[in-house]
Amino acid sequence: MTDLTKFSLAEARDGLAKKSFSARELTDAFITAIEASNGALNAYVLPTPEHARAQAAESDKRIAAGTARALEGLPLGNKDLFATKGIRTTACSKILDDFKPPYESTVGQNLWDAGAVMLGKLNNDEFAMGSSNETSAFGNVVSPWRRLGRDGKRSTDKLVPGGSSGGSSAAVSANLCLAATATDTGGSIRQPAALTGTVGIKPTYGRCSRWGIVAFASSLDQAGPITKTVRDAAIMLKAMASHDPKDTTSVDAPVPDYEAALGKGVKGLRVGIPKEYRVDGMSAEIQKLWDDGIAWLKAAGATIHDISLPHTKYALPAYYIVAPAEASSNLARYDGMRYGMRVTGSNLTDTYELTRAAGFGREVRRRILIGTYVLSAGYYDAYYLKAQKVRTLIKRDFDEAWNFVDVVLTPTTPSPAFAFGEKSGDPLAMYLEDIFTVTVNMAGLPGMSVPAGLSSQGTPLGLQLIGKPFDETTLFQTAQVIEDAAGRFPVPDRWWMKG
Amino acid sequence: MTSAATKSKASHLIPGATGDWEVVIGLEVHAQVASNAKLFSGSSTAFGAEPNSHVSLVDAAMPGMLPVINKECVAQAIRTGLGLKSQINLRSIFDRKNYFYPDLPQGYQISQFKHPIVGEGEIEIDADGEALMVGVERLHLEQDAGKSLHDQHPDYSYVDLNRSGVALMEIVSKPDMRSSKQAQAYVTKLRTILRYLGTCDGDMEKGNLRADVNVSVRKPGSPLGTRCEIKNVNSIRFIGQAIEVEARRQIDILEAGGKIDQETRLYDSARGETRSMRSKEEAHDYRYFPDPDLLPLEFSQNYVDQLKASLPELPDEKRARFVKDYGLSTYDAAVLVAERTSADYFEAVAKGRDGKLAANWVNNELFGRLNKQDLDIADSPMSAAQLGAIVDLIASNAISGKIAKDLFEIVWSEGGDPAQIVETRGMKQVTDTGAIEKAVDDIIAANPDKVEQAKAKPSMLGWFVGQVMKSTGGKANPAVVNDVLRAKLGL
Repeated sequence: MTDLTKFSLAEARDGLAKKSFSARELTDAFITAIEASNGALNAYVLPTPEHARAQAAESDKRIAAGTARALEGLPLGNKDLFATKGIRTTACSKILDDFKPPYESTVGQNLWDAGAVMLGKLNNDEFAMGSSNETSAFGNVVSPWRRLGRDGKRSTDKLVPGGSSGGSSAAVSANLCLAATATDTGGSIRQPAALTGTVGIKPTYGRCSRWGIVAFASSLDQAGPITKTVRDAAIMLKAMASHDPKDTTSVDAPVPDYEAALGKGVKGLRVGIPKEYRVDGMSAEIQKLWDDGIAWLKAAGATIHDISLPHTKYALPAYYIVAPAEASSNLARYDGMRYGMRVTGSNLTDTYELTRAAGFGREVRRRILIGTYVLSAGYYDAYYLKAQKVRTLIKRDFDEAWNFVDVVLTPTTPSPAFAFGEKSGDPLAMYLEDIFTVTVNMAGLPGMSVPAGLSSQGTPLGLQLIGKPFDETTLFQTAQVIEDAAGRFPVPDRWWMKG
Repeated sequence: MTSAATKSKASHLIPGATGDWEVVIGLEVHAQVASNAKLFSGSSTAFGAEPNSHVSLVDAAMPGMLPVINKECVAQAIRTGLGLKSQINLRSIFDRKNYFYPDLPQGYQISQFKHPIVGEGEIEIDADGEALMVGVERLHLEQDAGKSLHDQHPDYSYVDLNRSGVALMEIVSKPDMRSSKQAQAYVTKLRTILRYLGTCDGDMEKGNLRADVNVSVRKPGSPLGTRCEIKNVNSIRFIGQAIEVEARRQIDILEAGGKIDQETRLYDSARGETRSMRSKEEAHDYRYFPDPDLLPLEFSQNYVDQLKASLPELPDEKRARFVKDYGLSTYDAAVLVAERTSADYFEAVAKGRDGKLAANWVNNELFGRLNKQDLDIADSPMSAAQLGAIVDLIASNAISGKIAKDLFEIVWSEGGDPAQIVETRGMKQVTDTGAIEKAVDDIIAANPDKVEQAKAKPSMLGWFVGQVMKSTGGKANPAVVNDVLRAKLGL
């Protein structure tokens, strides 16, 4: 029998439409796969098989009645940052304990209204703070990818799936869902996608509603999908995006049919190559990956232009001021008073301190402290205000670039997937994972990672496309050309499956 | 009127052992915006509901919830700014004021710090006959916190979030006031303006209007002294008392060679003293920064103009008009315009009638009667039309002033049409000379001794007038009675 979990989202959609299989069969295939895999990969923190089967049954009725919706019967994973009505939502933090929201995130609701099926809640770095999924209160997510040894065999060393959307990238690459929701504050969609051979897009700030998504840094957070293919990303983003009156930073602009733009090619498209992204010590394989991307786009008729984004080098330090500052305030609501965990102390201050010390993990505490510091009287101007000025300059860099180019091409990450513990002891090394991705969040632009090759260790590498505000369409068009040239990168062996 | 107003003349000095002291006062008034829904959520703002019955997901700061600005609250802030003759800022920014407290679910209050919606303006006050302009520094919008209840359980405190997220306007004055009377007049006037505008009901008992009072003292002409802030004073009387005792406390410290610590204090009305709440060192670092969940608040000048066009007449303009159009004294006009409802009542009575007469009856009889029964003018058993009819009967000489008071009592307690009451109860003033002459003749005939006395002592006339009025049941026109008596007695 065909393994239904190997399908892309678009292929499964077609199979359901042709009634090659039912939504229930498709869903059951994923439930079985999750049961067999999750012990090893830990991608799901809460599988919801009963919920999924009920949704699939409804989808089968609709398909039979000829009233199928855009994502009818397609099983997805949902990052634990998205509030799910009546279903435990924790942002993978102990502090939320067994919190069950009485509401559904707008992005989630859009997907379920389009007929999608939720398989469960996906692991992530605690409050989306991390680049390796090592900060989750539910433990590490293990990448389905393993390094290729000199002997040509896959090493048994466990690699990180990237973060913060590590559960999403691992689940999609391991065929534990057709596609997954994710969020990206500084690279949390694109970096894990790059590290797992999947596609990830962070749309323009304001394209998706943030309502019902646990906030990390409000001015940077955006939802987006992680998928197996560029087409799947186009289908998913169309369904996730919407103007939402409940989020005043969401933008009232029509959401184009991204799928329809695929295959239009890049003839005449002006592609910018920013010199500032050629960082010191960039590895030869990353350089080669980038050159390959340039060559593919050139071959498809695009023109290549060297550009300068002069304030790039300030982006990472500025990001690590702005994001923790907002986080320190956003996470103040987790005080043990109304929901989540509480450690009762001898007085109010004691209760606050004990609760937050026990509820927040090390990295979250670190960022709250950094954020509190940079907003403090006497430091605000030197840190927060200056970082905001840098942010304006970064935006201006891009505004200037758009006079000359339509899209910017860079590597997504400076290196391929790393092993557990390799960077978790050194926060600065971990923060450098975001060096190519944070500028996009700081400027509010759409950014996308497409798998484009394998490292010398046989693990995936991704290329990043950066677009003009609300011009995701060009990203999809361009990404399709890269995917067509580079091919897809399925995980070579399913070592984690039981038996 | 504006031209008469000046900066305070510092003529309110407080004597001390080392000479006179001047008290300098600035006020931060928190006025709850009159609106059906909260500042950033759709929850009701109704007072007195069951605890935690008006709490949305946003008010309770559930994860992933976002604030959405209530446009009506913005309009109310603009109207208030216009009423205070203030600069309206077409672009303002909401900031987060961060601190932890159980009645603050978000862990921050959304407020406006660097860029408030309303800038500088002014309020004209009148304290002890001295007209004074008090500068308004700014007005900004912010969320109220919930309420901690410490008396519900022996071991726990409870939190009621009904108020959490309700819109407040913080109206900050300049330190332009120099006496407790001026501060009281300022709050009174501000409250009147807010109530005229309909932007705050000014109900201090419900906490819908409360003030933080900044007080410092100095020797006249010296630089400003160190100030103390007295938090959350919730009545105009207490504002006056708090300033008096705080100024005295500061003077005593300074005169004893001490110095004032900048701190936040509380006024204890039971003990009549202020007490330290927290010192400057213990002051919170609120870590203000722009709220990234909200875009800058922007609106057009056109929108402001539209709101301006629909503003009601404000007390200063109304008072000036009453003086001009109805010939009232400034004092009478000021009493009438203190509440929009009483001004409206007066105008309904005065319309097409003698304004001064109408003002006398509203200010003296009606207000006196309302005060006696502790009634609001809105609950007056006598309508403006009824009082107007009484004024008409006086003006047309149909009844005397004395009868009018009786009539007022009848209409007040029994209701009915005053003209008809006068008719059916025979209260009409007798101006018929014949009838009066007969009554006079009867009195003269019955009291020959008094007639003799009167010839020697003309002031006896009063006795005769009283007798005639008595015999006519008070209905005789007193002027006619006088004339007839003078003629008959040959005075």
